Amino acid sequence: MEETAITRSQNAYNQDEEIQVVAFRLGKEEYAVDILNVQEIIRLLNITRVPRAEDHIEGVVNLRGNIIPIINLHKQFNLQSAGKEEDRRIIVFQFDDLKAGIIVDEVSEVLRLVKADIEETAKVYSSISAEHIQGIAKVNDRLLILLDLLKILES
Amino acid sequence: MNMDMSQYLDVFLEESKEHLESLNQRLLELEKDSGNIAALNEIFRVAHTLKGMSSTMGFDDLADLTHHMENVLSDLKEGLLAVDSKVVDVIFKCFDRIQLIIDSIETKGSGAMNNSDLIAILENVKTGNYEAAAALESELALPPQSGTDTDEYQESFVFNEYDITVLKEAASRGLRIFNVKIAVDPGCLMKSVRAFMVFKAVEEDGEVIKSFPGAQDLDEGRFDSNFEIFLVTGVTAETLEKRLSSISEISVLRIQEINVDSITAGQGSQVPVDNGNQLQAATDAADNHHAHKVKQTVRVDIDRLDNLMNLVGELVMHKGRLEQIGFSHKINELNETIEQIARISTDLQAVVMKVRMVPIEQVFNRFPRMVRDLARDLNKEVDFLIEGKETELDRTVIDEIGDPLVHLLRNAVDHGLESSSERIKKGKNPQGTVMLRARHEGNNVYIEVEDDGAGIDTARVKEKAVEKGIVAAKEADQLSREEIIALLFSPGFSTASNVTDVSGRGVGLDVVKTKIESLSGEIFVDSKPGSGTRFRIKLPLTLAIIQALMVSVRDEIYAIPLSSVDETTMITVSDIKMVQSQEVIMLRGSVLPLYRLADLLDIKGPAAAQEMYVVVVRKAERQIGLVVDSLIGQQEIVIKSLGKLLLGISGLAGAIVAGDGNVRLILDVTTLF
Repeated sequence: MEETAITRSQNAYNQDEEIQVVAFRLGKEEYAVDILNVQEIIRLLNITRVPRAEDHIEGVVNLRGNIIPIINLHKQFNLQSAGKEEDRRIIVFQFDDLKAGIIVDEVSEVLRLVKADIEETAKVYSSISAEHIQGIAKVNDRLLILLDLLKILES
Repeated sequence: MNMDMSQYLDVFLEESKEHLESLNQRLLELEKDSGNIAALNEIFRVAHTLKGMSSTMGFDDLADLTHHMENVLSDLKEGLLAVDSKVVDVIFKCFDRIQLIIDSIETKGSGAMNNSDLIAILENVKTGNYEAAAALESELALPPQSGTDTDEYQESFVFNEYDITVLKEAASRGLRIFNVKIAVDPGCLMKSVRAFMVFKAVEEDGEVIKSFPGAQDLDEGRFDSNFEIFLVTGVTAETLEKRLSSISEISVLRIQEINVDSITAGQGSQVPVDNGNQLQAATDAADNHHAHKVKQTVRVDIDRLDNLMNLVGELVMHKGRLEQIGFSHKINELNETIEQIARISTDLQAVVMKVRMVPIEQVFNRFPRMVRDLARDLNKEVDFLIEGKETELDRTVIDEIGDPLVHLLRNAVDHGLESSSERIKKGKNPQGTVMLRARHEGNNVYIEVEDDGAGIDTARVKEKAVEKGIVAAKEADQLSREEIIALLFSPGFSTASNVTDVSGRGVGLDVVKTKIESLSGEIFVDSKPGSGTRFRIKLPLTLAIIQALMVSVRDEIYAIPLSSVDETTMITVSDIKMVQSQEVIMLRGSVLPLYRLADLLDIKGPAAAQEMYVVVVRKAERQIGLVVDSLIGQQEIVIKSLGKLLLGISGLAGAIVAGDGNVRLILDVTTLF
């Protein structure tokens, strides 16, 4: 699938630029985030609820002595959790001094995408408010929703 | 500034700030006692060092300003100028400007500033033309004056009896005495090394008797582009010159043989050197360096300390876990080892905490100057006293406490103290007193700001509070004196009837209170009408490791800092009474309002059975009962931040990693309700 992606692009400048993403599932939808922001993927830890925090904050976990807030995207995007409990993971990511994790139902794979395959958000319908997504990537017959993690953190 | 210098910039900034602080302090001393020669000498020495540092770093405007300031200082030293308020004011202005330049270097990376206005004033002061200086000062902007003299620094040597004896003895043994002046290349990065090489070269068969600047300063590179030494040696001037010229990055400006008979001991004795560049030093300059005690210290990046603290925190946590294991398995050998580890980790923790401790002096030092300026602006006479400035506090607290104290001190001088005429009318000493005190008490530090002014006028506070709509007029009449004083901390409160430049901008004590609370501290006020007001700030010694009470509510566990817990007690449902739809209990005859933690934190689940526990906590000086399901016990906890994302949630002070690896949240009693 790498090749197909690469051969198809070329219409605009840096359209053939590649990015690597981590693909994962939230409910029945497939999502992806830029691998450069991902620090690690861990199994579910005991999450401690944080009272008075915003709704989409699931709580905090102890990651080797560091306290990390966990964001529940299911709640934020209004999705039902699906899949087996043992497949659930936390994706920990970092922007400068901002570190957080998101709970996902399953991490599927690491993919290479070509920019040309990524469609602008405005053209696509999604259940997510458009500001949180960078675009939709077509990989063969799959559609991956590319999340803008920084926007999610800032909201 | 070239690239090579940039690595020294941090050190330069840090040191200049220290120098400036010491300059301000000494000048205040000098202002109080114009005969204080030691203070004057110290100002002179520090100003000179500052000049040297800034010109080395290439901040020419700063160097130029300090140079002109130094000229005036030198006249003061020589007695050509009298130390009066006029001169002191001008020098204070220079200090302010230097501060500005240093700030600009720090923020913008450039020290360029046009100081011709100040330099012109300095020139006029130097020539005794005070009227012209005053005229200039009123404008503080004038084209630069030409013909500024760029004199070399004038060096002076004053010998004590011991030096004289050594010199005389040397002369009697046929040794020669030389005065050598060395210039170090302006581009030289390690001046101290060059100075050391010079010393080494001349000491091959001789001895350095004196140097200017002193050996310590030379050692640490704290000198301008040149320095001077006095030495006794067996070799000739030519040999000396040859030897010195082999050292790179320096040049020999002068080698002059001195006749020992021209040297006499004591005050004012000088060696005739060069073209009569003589300067009357009142005390031995070199000795002065030694009187200034230098502590052996290492500058450490605060991040590294934080890191160390974190690691120690982890250790303490795992020690706790080991203790639990040892306790449940009852293995004697293991328990003994754990005890040892416990002892070591306690010591280690104490040491690391100590390392993070900084004397509050750092913060206090800038206040005398501020109070002086303030008193002058307001035309008040103020005697400002500081006590306990050696009291140590955690670095994180030190960094934050400055602003609230500035506020309180300004309040004390502006609102607290009456004007001199008013004080005389009341039969008080026309000079008001403002006292700043710091002291340790248990695990807390108390800082007090006290004035002997008029005290808080509760009637006026009440009036103002009603006027500003903080309380209703009816309610106000029922308030006790304490409650009225507490109104001072309401947002948007200010009693100054005329808004001055100093305080009373409407942002006031509420900001102070918020700041103190964010540091897990508390603030109290005592005030006696007619005899003064005292603000007391109570702060924890450190914010990193504290004792906490662990409590559980339903299936959640929380930590309550022990510093805010007064006591705990068990109650049953039937003990709870209702007063105006507020749950209360009677505790030893007084009514204690109850808050259920489950409600406050929205903890779901079936309510506890018949029995429950009440944790009595203190908020300001009020007691409140927190209802929890059970008490788990007392624990030493390492506070961790919840991170940027969860910052500022009311009621939460941070998090800890418990012995079982789970995260528990720390409650902040001051913002919980």
